[in-house]
Amino acid sequence: MRYLPLTPENRADMLATIGVAGIDDLFCDVPEAARLAGPVDLPKHAGEMAVERHMSRLALQNHAAGEGPCFLGAGAYRHHVPASVDYLIQRGEFLTAYTPYQPEIAQGTLQVLFEFQTQVALLTGMEVANASMYDGATSCAEAVMMAARVTRREKALLSGNLHPHYAETTATLCRMTDHPLAITAPRPVGADIEALAAAVDDTVGCVVVQYPDVFGHIADLSPLAEACHAAGALMVVVCTEMVSLGALKPPGAMGADIVVGEGQSIGNALNFGGPYLGLFATRQKLVRQMPGRVCGETVDADGRRGYVLTLSTREQHIRREKATSNICTNSGLCALAFSIHMSLLGEAGLQRLAAWNHATAVQTAERLANVSGVEVLNPAFFNEFAVRLAKPAADVVDALAEQGILAGVPASRLYPGEPDLANVLLVAATETVEPTDIDALAHALTKELAA
Amino acid sequence: MSAMNTQGRPTRPDAVVSADSAPATFSGNRALHLEEKLIFEKDSAGRSGVDLPEPPPVANRLGGLARGEAVGLPGLSEPQVVRHYTRLSQKNYAIDAGLFPLGSCTMKHNPRLNERMARLPGFADLHPMQPESTIQGALQVMQQLSHWIMTLTGMPAVALSPGAGAHGELTGMAAIRAALEARGEAGKRRKVLVPDSAHGTNPATAAALGFQVSGIAEDDTGRVDLKAFEASLGDDVAAIMLTNPNTCGVFEYDIRRIADALHEAGGYFYCDGANFNAIVGRVRPGDLGIDAMHLNLHKTFSTPHGGGGPGSGPVVYSEALAPFAPVPRIQKNADGSLSLVEQAAGDAAQAFGRVKGFHGQMGMFVRALTYMLSHGSDGLRQVAEDAVLNANYLKARLKGEFSLPYGDTGPCMHEVLFDDTFLKGTGVSTLDFAKAMIDEGFHPMTMYFPLVVHGAMLIEPTETETKAALDEFADSLLGLAKAAKSGDTDRFTQAPRFSPRRRLDETQAARKPVLRWQAG
Repeated sequence: MRYLPLTPENRADMLATIGVAGIDDLFCDVPEAARLAGPVDLPKHAGEMAVERHMSRLALQNHAAGEGPCFLGAGAYRHHVPASVDYLIQRGEFLTAYTPYQPEIAQGTLQVLFEFQTQVALLTGMEVANASMYDGATSCAEAVMMAARVTRREKALLSGNLHPHYAETTATLCRMTDHPLAITAPRPVGADIEALAAAVDDTVGCVVVQYPDVFGHIADLSPLAEACHAAGALMVVVCTEMVSLGALKPPGAMGADIVVGEGQSIGNALNFGGPYLGLFATRQKLVRQMPGRVCGETVDADGRRGYVLTLSTREQHIRREKATSNICTNSGLCALAFSIHMSLLGEAGLQRLAAWNHATAVQTAERLANVSGVEVLNPAFFNEFAVRLAKPAADVVDALAEQGILAGVPASRLYPGEPDLANVLLVAATETVEPTDIDALAHALTKELAA
Repeated sequence: MSAMNTQGRPTRPDAVVSADSAPATFSGNRALHLEEKLIFEKDSAGRSGVDLPEPPPVANRLGGLARGEAVGLPGLSEPQVVRHYTRLSQKNYAIDAGLFPLGSCTMKHNPRLNERMARLPGFADLHPMQPESTIQGALQVMQQLSHWIMTLTGMPAVALSPGAGAHGELTGMAAIRAALEARGEAGKRRKVLVPDSAHGTNPATAAALGFQVSGIAEDDTGRVDLKAFEASLGDDVAAIMLTNPNTCGVFEYDIRRIADALHEAGGYFYCDGANFNAIVGRVRPGDLGIDAMHLNLHKTFSTPHGGGGPGSGPVVYSEALAPFAPVPRIQKNADGSLSLVEQAAGDAAQAFGRVKGFHGQMGMFVRALTYMLSHGSDGLRQVAEDAVLNANYLKARLKGEFSLPYGDTGPCMHEVLFDDTFLKGTGVSTLDFAKAMIDEGFHPMTMYFPLVVHGAMLIEPTETETKAALDEFADSLLGLAKAAKSGDTDRFTQAPRFSPRRRLDETQAARKPVLRWQAG
């Protein structure tokens, strides 16, 4: 067994040093009835080639997004990730390190986290950010819990245009903790800022709104922030496509108190939904209520600058049941990938990437608007928009998948309880979409909708 | 003059001068110890490490919300970026470099085949919302992984979606809460029993779900005090959260009795599976009476820790809790194809909800399944045996100089727990001892945990170390213990001396938090 270095001679020597007759003696505390006499009923060990063959066969039964035109978004975005990102995150010193509990020999990870926190704060327009959460949806749930602690109001108000996985993840935690939750109806034809602003009152701890929202709408959040703050509530802004903030006014500039997001689209592959990268940013004054790990600057015994995990009195390993969250392991390596990609892009690269995404999406929308049976629902958007089709979107998506085209995400998959959304399709177009892909989608839709 | 080779270079230094008395260098670097500025402080005039063509000209549809101000990012070329992160990486200790004996963290070798498989385009370039006809291979990975997990644990159901161990705890305890609701007892059963030796995530998880945490002391062997446990049972108890093998490194041999008494009293048994590496392939938790348990795929099944994640924390459930498992789930259709059940409806009507976006940590599922297939049922059993053997070997090697808090009453499992009694009167603390280990070239053990032991040192070598590596480690630790006892205090209180940074001022970091770079 290639991963197990002990030889039979080693084992015999070690058992003798320990002073027991055999390995079974070391398992003597296990109740006898629970000791398995031999291996469980699963295949025996296998060499690299055999395992690789098995896994490769499974991989080949999937249609990889890059095999044809791909217009899927809805919280996960296909972007080009530079080769050096994947090379650097596979360096063993990053890949096989633990959480930086011993800062003297973890300055690499710690400095990366400090830079990552800075990048996230800059991009969102916020003052501070943590060292990451599991994903956007869990960050959203944590933000709602944090807002309840800050405002001492347990009720949260969610936009119906918040990604339903985020809303459901938040609802699970709110239900378990008896936090009341209200959610507006989804509005595929435009952002629901006014409805939210009208619904905020002095019982609400926070309002959660997505930007761009799940239908791709973008709207000025400043009026909502004013309404929230007048009522003593926090505005939580969710961003599932961080590349958008290279082109858009950041939430921090519109009065957000907490910004959470999904960082996958920078530096990370689609990975069928995970591992992803939860982002969490807030105001400096709220930092002691923030969940999760955070890295801070300090000096060492020789006066040299260095970094440590800090403010740990918020955390479970110190505060146990009084912690701000139970989170321990987060998404360190995904944060590293995000940070490297951000460093490679730089100011000019990020702006150009964002502009390229927007231009591709505008071209796609303009082209689809000319297809009979397709109505583009968004006045404004970044790289994703909603269309209403003349037929149920799920059927159209399945039919186009047969032709190797991933046409988009049917809204019915996210909102199965909303018959009005049955014909709504979410279409994303990133820089990876080529003009021929747009042609292919337009032609296939034309044919399918005419049939 | 020393000997010269034919090119005129000296082959042997004249005299060895202590590194401690070396002059400061002009660069601040010390050979391979290379100082590295923040990325924001580097020469960064308007470059980009990514070449993107000019975007096609279109009429902007950003609704008047175009970004007005720059983000504030530096602009670097690819070589600058590669060098920056390479230099940073060299300031990290890692399993690839040496023994990493963090107790309860299971830092074992991370096979690179796992990485290669996770990067196959059929897995890495798969969108989570693709139509089911295009993702059958991914669903098979999830189904095969589920089969391995259920077989190894002897449990009838599994939820794959939790993002890490603590998230798995939340997912397990949420099912318990949902089951209590279904019984109409959620209001009455608010108490969760948590041994004082538990990971901090256990009480934090219970509290995050609105439960009241009630501690249980340990007995004089480091196990749950049965009398205290039985005395705390009642109709207000929702569950116990018990780690087994526990954080004192021993197996809770009364686990069946605990499970039976708890079930008799109407409670559920949550087992923290962080230490599953000790028993994988040799003991099935399903035979021990548990109702829910998470597995840390990044521990037992060696998906890498990545400097703090991503992890993956699937939860197994008993028959009693299985109906309440969260969505998504995988379903086999009549034609043999697989489907994702994404809504709490139909067969999944009792699902307590969703804990995460999409379907879980697919990249980690691929790595874990690759690891499982590589080891097989025989190899996984050997993993547990060698992990336990290595820990007991270290215990045997060290116990003469180190102090066992509960005496030498029997074997440990995959980790061995010492306390700081052996350092009493030396002026050396557990922290000092750990920092001296850094100078010896080892990552320190888990220190000051579990909390029930004074100055705890919890050592978990894992199964992927050679006997020679364990001997080298033991020899260093024995040397340190003797040095501490002989009054060589400076070796400890001044440590570490040779690491990229010496001890860092954590008090200053917390009092005046500087959590980001600011433009000067």
